[in-house]
Amino acid sequence: MIKSTVKKLYLALIFIFLYAPIATLIVLSFNKSKTRAKWGGFTLAWYQSLFLNEEIMQALFNTLLIALIASVTATLIGTIACISIMNLKKHTRTIIIGITNIPMLNADIVTGISLMLLFISAGFRFGMGTILLSHITFCIPYVILNVLPKMRQLNPYTYEAALDLGAGPVYGFMKVVFPEILPGILSGFLMAFTMSLDDFIITHFTKGAGVDTLSTKIYTEVKKGIKPEMYALSTIIFFTVLLLLLLVNKSPDDNKNATH
Amino acid sequence: MKKLFYLIFTLYGVLFFMLTGCGNSASSKNGQVIVYNWGEYIDPMAIDMFEEETGIKVIYEEFETNEIMYPKMESGSTIYDVICPSDYMIQKMIENNLLAEINFDHIPNAVNIGRQYFEQSREFDPENKYSVPYCFGTVGILYNKTMVKEPIDSWAVLWDETYYDNILMQDSVRDAFMVALKLNGYSMNTLNAAELETAKNALIEQKNLVQAYVIDQVRDKMIGGEAAIGVIYSGEAIYTIQENPDLAYVIPKEGTNVWIDSWVIPKNAANKENAEAFINFMCRPDIALLNFEYITYSTPNTAAYALIEDTDIKNSPIAFPDLSCYENLETFQYLGVEGTELYNNLWKEVKTY
Repeated sequence: MIKSTVKKLYLALIFIFLYAPIATLIVLSFNKSKTRAKWGGFTLAWYQSLFLNEEIMQALFNTLLIALIASVTATLIGTIACISIMNLKKHTRTIIIGITNIPMLNADIVTGISLMLLFISAGFRFGMGTILLSHITFCIPYVILNVLPKMRQLNPYTYEAALDLGAGPVYGFMKVVFPEILPGILSGFLMAFTMSLDDFIITHFTKGAGVDTLSTKIYTEVKKGIKPEMYALSTIIFFTVLLLLLLVNKSPDDNKNATH
Repeated sequence: MKKLFYLIFTLYGVLFFMLTGCGNSASSKNGQVIVYNWGEYIDPMAIDMFEEETGIKVIYEEFETNEIMYPKMESGSTIYDVICPSDYMIQKMIENNLLAEINFDHIPNAVNIGRQYFEQSREFDPENKYSVPYCFGTVGILYNKTMVKEPIDSWAVLWDETYYDNILMQDSVRDAFMVALKLNGYSMNTLNAAELETAKNALIEQKNLVQAYVIDQVRDKMIGGEAAIGVIYSGEAIYTIQENPDLAYVIPKEGTNVWIDSWVIPKNAANKENAEAFINFMCRPDIALLNFEYITYSTPNTAAYALIEDTDIKNSPIAFPDLSCYENLETFQYLGVEGTELYNNLWKEVKTY
């Protein structure tokens, strides 16, 4: 009896710690008053002005576009890299895996500044392109991290058998290897997507004039105080992610039920 | 399934080339101007109007602090045409030879800027060659009239023990030391070791009474009545008083910091003439008024001041203080590498005491 109450209490505490900040933000997004210190009444005005604010909408669009393109590209490159890593000798493989892991451990600010310096010395024009290139760069290690374990579990003989039975390398890969490593690729893609979505510091250093993502846009509002429109936007994003997670976690069960 | 896969793939390819390929190319007939300004520091409508009237395309970017702006402009990752830094940062940029002299023949509207603001600017731009004032303000004491009975007119109130745990100080080196130095009648740009030692000891003595060292939270905490007295920038004071009429703002008699944010043109600017056209446009009375109403920080544009219709704001001693009433007004100066380090070390001593 006591044991189960303690369990429940513990769980409740964890949920409070995790969600109290977000709950505060959601409540404030409906606050008529601009300051957190005063409850000025319930309003949906911030949601309305959010959608009318071109700059915020443009920043949102940029963020999603960059995250999508960067994560898809990183997934492609990362997966192909995994295939070749698996075909290396054991010694070189360890070295290469070590090298691909370093960027993840590296502080973001170091990555950001070094990318900026590289782009300057290469004479790149700063803008959407440079943000995209840097996002792809820092996303690749996460894809490799997710895909490689799946590759290791793979039985190499099934692919060889496919080739023996007359499949071309690409056909064989698509039919035998790809379905097996798909979960790894998907989780790598999702991780890359969220990493790109979250990133502030690398974007800050590699962006050009006039291009903003949500994180850089929010940060520029620091001097004069963050606008309540941003609370509204964060609330919407939170619920979108929640909905997506619910859908993702639900569908595999449904599929199983359907096939069985 | 396969078709869908190909469709997504092509779409994605097209997008990729669209983005990396073209960047932002200047297609406007009169070229472009790249503006680097504080966040939320201009009415977006003013930019649209400028583009429409001059045919110059504005590429607009924002920064959060002077310290973040400086390395970005210095690295040259983007070549900016117009920047709006604060006083001491302008001095640093001048000393490091990063700014171009402004051709005031191209900025006839500069006459709208009050003479006294150009005079004040001489503290960081001695010959008024590099900068055109855009916004200014003071630093003072914001207090809650329900919690503070006596009239306040001195920094000394921040050392008054009756307000134990009810005082908010600014959490930045220069602002905190400004208060302590001014209280003792010293210059806030001093490098005199003895004066700084006195200021440091005063800050250590005060630490016990301070509820919190804050930056942005002053606004919310004062509006919510969580503290009785706080050090605040005048632009923020106007907003807090609107939200909570119990609050009042005062410039202490010992003098304070008059800060100025001004337009400057970097030496390497690619579109200097467009930059001057932009500054000229910002100095136009109706545009300055538009921006003042949006930002609510004091405008040095006297012609715009004359256009203000709301007498409450026009006669507000917070938005438009009569600077001639105070003797010891100063503007922050760049202290050099060693001076900055000296202040930082003393501040560390205060914070860790």
